[in-house]
Formats: sequence, C-alpha cells, structure tokens
Amino acid sequence: MSTAFQAEGLVKRFGDFTALHGVDLAAEEGTVLGVLGPNGAGKTTAVRVLSTLLRPDGGTVTVAGNDVVRHPDRVRRAIGLTGQFASVDDDLTGMENLTLIGRLLDLRGGEIKSRAKRLLADFDLTEAAKRTVKTYSGGMRRRLDLAASLMGRPRIVFLDEPTTGLDPAKREELWGVVRRLVNDGTTVLLTTQYLEEADALADAISVIDHGRVIAHGTPAELKRIVGGQSIVVRPSDPADLDRVDRILSEFTGRKPESPQRGVLAVPADGDLVFTAVVSELALAGIGVTELSLQLPDLDDVFFKLTGHTTSNDNEKAEVPA
Amino acid sequence: MTAVLTEPSTTVDAIASAAKRPFALARHSLALAWRNLVKTMRNPEQLLDVTLQPIIFTAMFGFLLGGALAGDTAAYLQTLVPALAVMLTLFASIQSGVNFSSDLKTGLFDRFRSMPIGRSAPLIGAVLGDGIRYVVTIVVLIGFSSILGFRIETDPLSALAGCLLAIGLGFALSWVFLLLGAVMKEPGSVQGVAFIVIFPLTFGTNMLTPVDTMPGWLQAWMNVNPAVHAMDAARGLMIGGPVAGPVTATLLWTAGIIAVFAPLAVRAYRRRT
Repeated sequence: MSTAFQAEGLVKRFGDFTALHGVDLAAEEGTVLGVLGPNGAGKTTAVRVLSTLLRPDGGTVTVAGNDVVRHPDRVRRAIGLTGQFASVDDDLTGMENLTLIGRLLDLRGGEIKSRAKRLLADFDLTEAAKRTVKTYSGGMRRRLDLAASLMGRPRIVFLDEPTTGLDPAKREELWGVVRRLVNDGTTVLLTTQYLEEADALADAISVIDHGRVIAHGTPAELKRIVGGQSIVVRPSDPADLDRVDRILSEFTGRKPESPQRGVLAVPADGDLVFTAVVSELALAGIGVTELSLQLPDLDDVFFKLTGHTTSNDNEKAEVPA
Repeated sequence: MTAVLTEPSTTVDAIASAAKRPFALARHSLALAWRNLVKTMRNPEQLLDVTLQPIIFTAMFGFLLGGALAGDTAAYLQTLVPALAVMLTLFASIQSGVNFSSDLKTGLFDRFRSMPIGRSAPLIGAVLGDGIRYVVTIVVLIGFSSILGFRIETDPLSALAGCLLAIGLGFALSWVFLLLGAVMKEPGSVQGVAFIVIFPLTFGTNMLTPVDTMPGWLQAWMNVNPAVHAMDAARGLMIGGPVAGPVTATLLWTAGIIAVFAPLAVRAYRRRT
C-alpha cells in the first residue's frame, strides 16, 4: 500500500485568523479517511487545500505523489471534488453538466456520452437526465454532483459533507456509493459532522476541532479511548429480569439500567467480565433474545475529546457574530 | 455502478496526455462559453435589457433631440444609430462582470478550479458566452431604427464591420467588468461601479451633439476616449466618412484594454478564495 495523500503540519491563515494550526492528515490508497468535526473546525479548509483551491501557509501537502503547491495541475488530474455546496449548474440538464465536465477533462466525444450515460444510470438519474438541475431534489443534486466528480475516474475523491441536509434514506444511498468507490480502489476523504457516518464508512478517522487534529485512529480505537463498554441483555422471559439484574450487578459491581423495556445494560470494565456473565447466564438457565457487548458511540468520544458535543447550536450562541 | 468504476483506469493517463493536446485553452474556453450561452437561452429574461434598451434609447434620443438638432428624427438617426451601437454594446458588457461575480459564489467554480484547465478559461468563457448579448442588442437596434427611417449609406459588409468593431470593444471592456466581478463580493456592487465607468465613457462623446460647443477639457477627454473613436469608426463604416483613423484607434484601444485588464482579471480570479 502506498499513501494516496498526506498533509503534514498544514497551516492555513485567513488574515489574523488561523484556520488550521499544523494539521496532519493521511490515507493509504483504497481507504476512506473520515474527517470529523463540528462546523468551523477547519474541515472544509483542509479539503480546499488538498484539492488545490487554497494555498497552504505552512507544512507540506502531497496528493497522488505531487506537491499541491509545486504541481497543482498534476494533483488536479488525479482528484475529484464534491464540495459542500452543490457544484453543478442549475440551468443545465444532468446530461449537460456531465458533458461540460467531460469536455473540460478533454475526454473524447464518444467517451463523454457513454461515461455520462453510465454514471447517470448508476446514480439513478437516467429519467432526469434531460431535465434542468433546477428541478432536482436535494438528493438527486448530490448524486449528480458526485457523478460529475467521477467523470474523469479520479484516483482520489474529496467529499466535503456529502450528506449534510439529506434525509436518512438518501444518506444510506450515498454511503453505498462511497463503499463501491472504495471497493474499486478509489481513495476517499470524507468530511462529516455525523459520527454515525464516519463510523459507517471510514477506515480511519481524524477528529478535528478548532483547526487541530485532536485524535486519530480507527473507529474502534477511538471508541476505546472513552473505555466503558456496556453489556446489554434482553432475557427471553421478562420474568428473568430480576435474576439478570443480580448477575450483572455481581460481576460488574454496578447497578444495571434499563434503556428500554425488558432490556438491561451496564458498563463493564475489563475483557473478562462479558464472558463470565455469559457463562453465568447459561448456568442459571436464562435464555436471551439479545446479548451484546456495545462500544460507546462516537458522540461520547467527541464529548470526551473536546469537552463539548458535536451539536454546534451552543457554540453558535457563544461566538459573537 | 461497479462495472463503470472498475473499468481499466487508463483514463487518468489519457487525460494527462490529452491535456497536452494543442489548443486546450481554446477548447476549454469554448466549452465554458457554451455553458454561458445555454444558461442565457434558458433564461430569456436575461436578454430583456439588451432587447429593450435599443428601442428605448433610439426612440428617446431620436424623438427628443432629432427635431432640434437635425431638423427631423430620421436625419438625426443617421448619426445617432452608429454611435448607439457602440453605447449599447458597452452597456451590454457590464452583465459579464455581474454574472461572473455571482458565478464565483457557486460551488461550480470551485469544481472548475479543482480541474486541470487553464486558469483563464472560465473568464474567456464568460466573455465569449456573452457575445450573444451584443448580437441581440445590435440586431434590435438596426431593426427598430430602420422602421423609424435609419438607412445604411455604405454597403452591408462595411456596416457589419462597424458592428463587429463595436462588439470587439464590448469584449475588451467586459474584461474590466470581470476584474470588478472577481474583486467585489456582491454582483450588485459590480453593477453600481460599472455604471460609474460606463457613463463618462459612453456619454462623454459626440454621440448626441457635435463637440464644438463643449468646454476644452471635455474635448480633450474625447480625443482619448475609446468610445468616441469607436463611434466615429461606426459612423464612417455605416453612413460614410473617414474610416482608417478611427478604426485604427479603436483597434489599438481594444487590444490595449485586453492586454492590461485580461491579466489583471485572471490574477484577481486566481487570488480569490
């Protein structure tokens, strides 16, 4: 494996404001790097530097083996960018948008047509191909946007908050697209405010806040930082809840809670507690319909790392406009 | 999906070599000009100003001033219309800067910037794509003024050359407005500042009245004003009179404005983040 892109000590200033204070980001070829952080953390700025839209003020940034400052054109040939704001033309049809991109990429006429048709089909836009983008729904627009980024078969795709504003079903659809891209060897950098999204897609996650990477690791590693796995048990017979409660208390030393009716959950320290609980339940002859060791979700991770949650409503109120 | 993505990825190399094909800048600029043209055709109200302005100005100046200055409207139109062709083309060029300014706010231009195309291609595309506006305004002008009695006194080819000269100056001036568009954040302020540029240029001329009665400083301005040269040239080519001098001056001004403002506009566009 080799490195698809790498930023080391990346600094970007806008006047007096330092948006990125020495950020390190990297991804191996064919993997997904999730860049996770709230609004204003610097995610978009980092993507704009990696995609040659902004010049870095410090550090080195290499994409597809080329320095973004010295050889921006070589970088541009290797990347596809889907920005936070739909980067397609409202007045053109879906087909025309892809045709324009194909012509700008110097694809041959026949290839433009066949590739555009296939991408439109793959993104479920064939019927809308001849309609102006103005008439598209938010989800269709995002799909077209992504299709446009893929016209030149880029090796590296930057997706800046690709699912912001999409409903959950459309979000899942887009996730499917990202997974297929990666299966085919494309490297993806995905910025997101959704912890669930980074967890679902990323091989590695860099958590970014106020222009700094505050944590990096696999989703599982990040969850481990917070510790506190939970054992969750749902006995098949609700009458067994009391006995389950006693067993869980005994092995974990904590009082279980009931997150849902008929379910008990308790934090567990150490790797042996879960297996001990399982055998004890077996000895007691208690059947279960659900039994799991759950890692905390990434919201907990973020809170632990930053001291604030990912929802930026509070932050907005504090920052003077 | 899977099929299309797993095709042999020779395309990256193909793109790399294709970009070295000659005339890449011209091809990319034309592709972007095509985009501008399609956008204009889909929003015909964008052509409303260039359609109505020739009618309003011809009627207004012709009926208001014609009798007093030339005895009757038709006689006045002979000198007015060629000059109006220049004024209206220069008016029409403002919109290039306004559209460019609003385009820059969209994510689409981020995409263009992240692609391996010449930095000047989006600007050349914007300038060329608005050529349709000049054509519309001149066609309506000639058509409407002919109804009121305007007649070309030379020959069609010379008249066409006069129109092309005006359009050329319009293209040149649109680079000034692209520069404004790249520097200013609001399309509305581009329009405001553009009119401050365009009024002395178009009205500080001999378009409406002879220069004899004007103060010396104004006559001095007219000697350098490119619009005056273009209006003189258009009159020469449409109704007869001296041609060589004013045409040369207009062409030199056209080339000079492009030589100065095109690089400035491209630089401002590149610096804009």
